[in-house]
Amino acid sequence: MTFTGLVAPMDRNNVDTDAIIPKQFLKSIKRSGFGPNAFDEWRYLDHGEPGMDNSRRPLNPDFVLNQARYQGASILLARANFGCGSSREHAPWALADFGFKVILAESFADIFFNNCFKSGLLPLALPKADIDALFGLVEATPGFSLLVNLAEQTLLRSDGVAVPFQVDAFRKECLLNGWDDIGLTLRHADEIREFEARRQKRFPWLFAG
Amino acid sequence: MSAKTLYEKLWSDHVVREEPDGTALIYIDRHLVHEVTSPQAFEGLKLAGRKPWRVSSIVATADHNTPTDRWEEGILDPVSRLQVETLDINIRETGALAYFPFRDARQGIIHVIGPENGAVLPGMTVVCGDSHTSTHGAFAAMAHGIGTSEVEHVLATQCLVQKKSKAMLVRVEGHLGKGVTAKDVALAIIGKIGTAGGTGYAMEFAGSAIRGLSMEGRMTLCNMAIEAGARLGLVALDEMTLDYLKDRSFSPRGADWDKAAAAWRGLRSDEGAVFDRTVELVAAEILPQVTWGTSPEMVVPITGRVPDPKKEADAAKREGMERALAYMGLQPEMPIQSIKIDKVFIGSCTNSRIEDLRQAAAVLEGRRKADNVRLALAVPGSGQVRRQAEAEGLDKIFIAAGFEWREPGCSMCLAMNADRLSPGERCASTSNRNFEGRQGPGGRTHLVSPAMAAAAAIAGHFADVRDIL
Repeated sequence: MTFTGLVAPMDRNNVDTDAIIPKQFLKSIKRSGFGPNAFDEWRYLDHGEPGMDNSRRPLNPDFVLNQARYQGASILLARANFGCGSSREHAPWALADFGFKVILAESFADIFFNNCFKSGLLPLALPKADIDALFGLVEATPGFSLLVNLAEQTLLRSDGVAVPFQVDAFRKECLLNGWDDIGLTLRHADEIREFEARRQKRFPWLFAG
Repeated sequence: MSAKTLYEKLWSDHVVREEPDGTALIYIDRHLVHEVTSPQAFEGLKLAGRKPWRVSSIVATADHNTPTDRWEEGILDPVSRLQVETLDINIRETGALAYFPFRDARQGIIHVIGPENGAVLPGMTVVCGDSHTSTHGAFAAMAHGIGTSEVEHVLATQCLVQKKSKAMLVRVEGHLGKGVTAKDVALAIIGKIGTAGGTGYAMEFAGSAIRGLSMEGRMTLCNMAIEAGARLGLVALDEMTLDYLKDRSFSPRGADWDKAAAAWRGLRSDEGAVFDRTVELVAAEILPQVTWGTSPEMVVPITGRVPDPKKEADAAKREGMERALAYMGLQPEMPIQSIKIDKVFIGSCTNSRIEDLRQAAAVLEGRRKADNVRLALAVPGSGQVRRQAEAEGLDKIFIAAGFEWREPGCSMCLAMNADRLSPGERCASTSNRNFEGRQGPGGRTHLVSPAMAAAAAIAGHFADVRDIL
């Protein structure tokens, strides 16, 4: 996975999953179509409900992702504890559907971080100094973009500086190869069955019903 | 053999296989399911032509979208109704150990009905597409929330791919003061370490104050572990755990019970077990808590004041505080007790169990809500809690105090049904999140204990419950 993406900043701590995709949109039984309602309460001036024609709703001009310079952004730059709150996977689904491929933050909430990898979204935690520097550059440089190289684990800034990042080796392989998690686990089906049989023998009450 | 933490014991007991880098396949004993985070998982399973691995691990209910009044009318919102009916169909096709559908006598919030039916047991791994699955750690079970893809993964394989978390010990020693509850302990911990303080950790609660909590209190505490960022919460097993679980519907019986109880005895951290981080609080120093902002870490004691962002050195935090004060419609240095409220919500997977209702009713008995409180809701966590409360006459106390006595469900904790705040309305809420818009767009949430919510209902503003009791 190598691509160059425009970076949009979201300069606040604790962006929670209720903000990323408000609860009224969780009533959907589908996995797609959440992008137009990503950050709904911040993004529009009116109150959003499922089934509305979002293209006709009034946009909040103060919301950063509505600004002209960030249209088409595919990298979101954020602060600490991004994605805290509810386990709703609809949050990464909404961000991915919006067009984001990478989220950069000082830190992520645990469940959100996990969910991102299942939705083709790459969450990268960077040291605060790197994040601070990126916020400065995004602010100062219209059209600021990064070349993301997952195989090499670097972000190449347009000023030529390469920022290294860490990513779990197994997750990286899964993303690079597009592996199906469930298929991978089912390759160990015999081991799971053996474990289960041993467990049932030791703790039969866990297998009642 | 080296001393192990409770978390290490639970973890190693569930490892099916482990890769050299520590990535492990973890076996899942109990899979709790609700209507919001499961439809795409069932659909994914079907589309891939896969069969569920072990349907007897599934316990399901509809709780998030269900109304809490006029049940005879059904679910009026067609979008909500479709989601609940989709769960009905999915469970009918798939099977389950137990399903408590909308209007069932044992329906309720998934994290209330699991334990009360003995469907969550010590030593289990418990997962659910819901972050507050951490609740079940109160039973010395390894329990945490997962996303929908992982719901599908568990359905298909009975396993999750995980890496071991670090272990944190939160020790609270001493006696809690009068009117101070598990909720106050949880908020005080979050106030101390922050909402990201527990990120990457399994958080075990210990110390004499924790041992002194009821199972309901321990559930409240573990429920809020996720608000401290922890992957899961844990409390060691003791006699109280066993007393709570004995004779519940799905608890083991007879010889199986004795065998199970013996097997569970070791579910505690060994003497001398090493934790990656330890946090200590003194129980006597914890006062009733009230959140003032839009993150659970924005919390002060009832005797306190709204903080002044100008005194915060960190720029990101300062801006966060300013934004929160603007959203909440509050001024720096306002006494917390001067903040007037419009609504009261007693309920949610954090605080809707029988003890919570008893604590609120003890404050409300013989009193009435203030006139400026437009709506006060008491929403029991389950049908069983509701009937127990009615048997004790608590419903009459709530109703006499001007509360509406509702049917069980998640209700105004996240406002997916009709129970919600209007823009600008301020609520004393026993739920778990005070995020912007959580209880309705523009709604202003202050998190408190059930006793403090009751005190606020009577006073019409936040009040120190210790002055009333």
